[in-house]
Amino acid sequence: MELDTLFLSRLQFALTIGFHFLFPPLSIGLAWLIVIMEWRGWKRGDEDYVRAGKFFGKILGLTFVVGVATGIVMEFQFGTNWAEYSKFVGDIFGAPLAAEGVFSFFLESTFLGLYLFGRNRVSKGVHWFSALMVAVGATLSAFWIIVANSWQQTPAGFEIRNGRAELTSFAEAVFNASTWPRFFHTFDACLIAGAFLVAGVSAYLILKHNATEIARKSLKLSLIFGLVVSLLALFPTGDWHAKQVARTQPEKFAAMEGLIVGQTRAPLTVFGIPSEEPPRLNLKIGVPGVLSLMAFGDMDAHVPGIEDLRGEGHPTPPFVLTFVSFHTMVGLGTLFIVLTVFGAFLLYRRKLFETRWYLKLLLWAIPLPLIACEVGWIVAEVGRQPWVVYRVLKTQDAYSANITRGEVLFSIIMFGLIYLVLGVLYLYTLARIVKRGPETLPAKEVH
Amino acid sequence: MDLNTVWFLLIWVLLIGYAILDGFDLGVGVLHLFARSDRERRIHVSAIGPFWDGNEVWLLTGGGALFAAFPVVYATVFSSFYLAIMLLLFALIFRAVSLEFRGQVDSPGWRRVWDWAFGLGSLIPALLFGVAIGNILRGIPIEADGTANVPFLSLLNPYALLIGVLSLVMFTMHGAVFLTVKTEGHLQQRMARWASGAWTVFIFLNLVAFVATFFVSPFLFEGALGNPLFWIFLVLLSAAAVNVPIAIRSGKFLGSFLASSIAIASTMGLASVCLFPRMVPSSIDLANSLTVYNASSTPRTLTVMLVIALIGMPIVIVYSAYIYRVFAGKVVITEDSY
Ligand code: HDD
Ligand code: HEM
Ligand code: HEM
Repeated sequence: MELDTLFLSRLQFALTIGFHFLFPPLSIGLAWLIVIMEWRGWKRGDEDYVRAGKFFGKILGLTFVVGVATGIVMEFQFGTNWAEYSKFVGDIFGAPLAAEGVFSFFLESTFLGLYLFGRNRVSKGVHWFSALMVAVGATLSAFWIIVANSWQQTPAGFEIRNGRAELTSFAEAVFNASTWPRFFHTFDACLIAGAFLVAGVSAYLILKHNATEIARKSLKLSLIFGLVVSLLALFPTGDWHAKQVARTQPEKFAAMEGLIVGQTRAPLTVFGIPSEEPPRLNLKIGVPGVLSLMAFGDMDAHVPGIEDLRGEGHPTPPFVLTFVSFHTMVGLGTLFIVLTVFGAFLLYRRKLFETRWYLKLLLWAIPLPLIACEVGWIVAEVGRQPWVVYRVLKTQDAYSANITRGEVLFSIIMFGLIYLVLGVLYLYTLARIVKRGPETLPAKEVH
Repeated sequence: MDLNTVWFLLIWVLLIGYAILDGFDLGVGVLHLFARSDRERRIHVSAIGPFWDGNEVWLLTGGGALFAAFPVVYATVFSSFYLAIMLLLFALIFRAVSLEFRGQVDSPGWRRVWDWAFGLGSLIPALLFGVAIGNILRGIPIEADGTANVPFLSLLNPYALLIGVLSLVMFTMHGAVFLTVKTEGHLQQRMARWASGAWTVFIFLNLVAFVATFFVSPFLFEGALGNPLFWIFLVLLSAAAVNVPIAIRSGKFLGSFLASSIAIASTMGLASVCLFPRMVPSSIDLANSLTVYNASSTPRTLTVMLVIALIGMPIVIVYSAYIYRVFAGKVVITEDSY
């Protein structure tokens, strides 16, 4: 691998987007949980929920800000590092990005100001509404950016004219084949990330202070919420997404599932050791027929493998990374279901708050949904290679040819250092907020 | 008016909206470097606390709209200004997080670090925006095939630096005026003095910039002098500029904020009128310039985007105005403040 401008630009993109995407899922998930907490606090007049909202609101404020700081980079990076890409797809790709600004960034950032600083300036109803608008805005921004990404994955509603992709139908471009499955799956993943954060933090507070009513209520809420959304990740959203990939991006699907040679009654691989060039899967354990069933709803359906697709002239994405990432994600998804089902069982048996080892487990599980999100995106993005716009534009033709290696190397090093500092500070500050706990926050404003 | 012209206008409206709104909090950031006490600094950050993020979205939306409406400009300018943009991004990152981190640890040393981050994170963008506009007014070396190679150091030419300092001073003035609206007593008086001082420099630099532009880019005035908008902006700028110190002296701080906003809008309006129909002139051969016609998206995309803007922006303006009303009045430090 050569350290050329192309490679460095890819590395930079992966680094910056990967870091950015640690924060939005937490913000989106937290925002929706806060909407529920504040609703209960308002409607039931329950001070515990008001304090919980306030406490997690502080974490939301912190997370949101780092999300914003790293998001600004993303907005400009298509122009700085992917100039040829921007020129080629600008007619289509720019619109969702602009829509994201108009419809969502304004909404979330304006109302977040009101939510965080306006508690004693507006009525309770308006204050709750501001939390709702933050959640809606954050979700809409996920929607629009996913529209943009989905168009790269399964382009539609365009024609190649004058050496670029020109829009023929905005509706077809926005609602392309993968928009809905990707949006619902990613949105659900964000809710999981939020639920595990609230659950883990609440578990910590119970472990440390024992009898805090606020932490108990938050834990109960987030656990039940977490159970529902963990199930939704597998079915219907994950399943739907997988069916869509099988139909629209067969090379990616074959690499994800580790299917080297196409077959009918294709097996679902549960375990295997992949190797690259030529792509091979050793020591595999699979369940016959399930993959065919999963992908096409029919045990006897033929699923094309990596080699068949190569034969038809379709290049294979990096196999090991795609395969391992996909199985890590699914493994984690399964783990989340097991964890939350068990927690719900403990809750039902009224043992949840006393089962210390389980509470500790919840604390350690906080980062796992984020890992699942990251590897999920690696599947999506690396599995699309060598294309940047699937079967339309190659990544190697998309970067800015007028920037130098040195420039990109410089910016990567700077981003690396800055993000390291930001990451450490984020964790440090988060830990401080959590250690102070919700009890020290006054429920009513002192003037 | 054709769609391309409409979009040229809308992009400039977004940029002007950004300059007016984020302009005051960039200015507050610059003034933060000169604050005299920790209490004063806390007032600064609380004054812009609920607003700054919403204000910055004007820039993001401007960037997105430029991508959608004029992708060639977006791609060429951002890749040509690579290191400058990276510097801008680093500054904006630190600026965004400094407000949040500042209040988290109760130690003077910690706060000092973030005060500097906030101050420099505001000063650098305030300067760089002017440098970028200066370089665009001057033209960048766009070849006949539409590519441009611009070494970083060549961006730092005297003319662009002049425009950079002009924008720095302009935002500082605007921030000081904003703080007179939000504060009381001594601090308010000091901010009034800052505003008047910055105003004097602003007027002076604006005149210098005018003359310099005649020499550096005479072509900018060819079409503009015959355009009524040019004269309208010039009159507006003069009227607003005169009013800034008058309103301050008579204690009508809101009025001077309005005047300062109009001064910013008309200064930028003048630049846009001079450029039109070009978006980025080429310094090699004007025929290679990127214009609203050769750098745009298709009419279909421009139409879709217009619909998005017409639905979305009025709603944005309504709720933003509501938020400004909720937080109107002098800064009060509460437990929720930064
Ligand atoms: C908490 C996070 C999380 C969890 C538990 C799961 N996923 Fe996922 N997955 C994501 C987070 C995620 C993601 C980050 O949101 C991705 C990346 C790109 C995308 O569309 O969503 C993704 C992508 C993604 C893709 C690839 C889409 C593409 O190539 O474009 C498939 C097929 C699945 N997922 C399927 C599943 C299945 C069957 C799961 C079973 C448990 C699962 N995911 C759990
Ligand atoms: C290359 C792709 C991306 C770009 C260009 C981008 C751009 C941005 C920008 C400019 C911001 C700051 C907005 C502000 O100031 O309020 C931001 C924040 C945010 N982005 Fe991204 N983003 C990308 C990927 C994603 C993805 C994939 C998601 C969600 C699925 C997402 C969700 C969010 C959310 C919810 C925020 C608000 C801040 C936060 O919650 O942390 N972004 N993004
Ligand atoms: C937020 C989660 C995301 C993650 C973690 C992610 C991850 C990655 C990674 C790892 C690469 C490098 C792949 C490679 O070169 O092998 C990449 C490339 C890229 N991604 Fe994403 N991505 C995300 C979302 C998005 C979104 C929302 C968009 C568009 C709106 C996008 C557009 C691109 C582009 C243009 C490239 C560069 C070309 C390429 O290498 O394919 N990504 N991304």
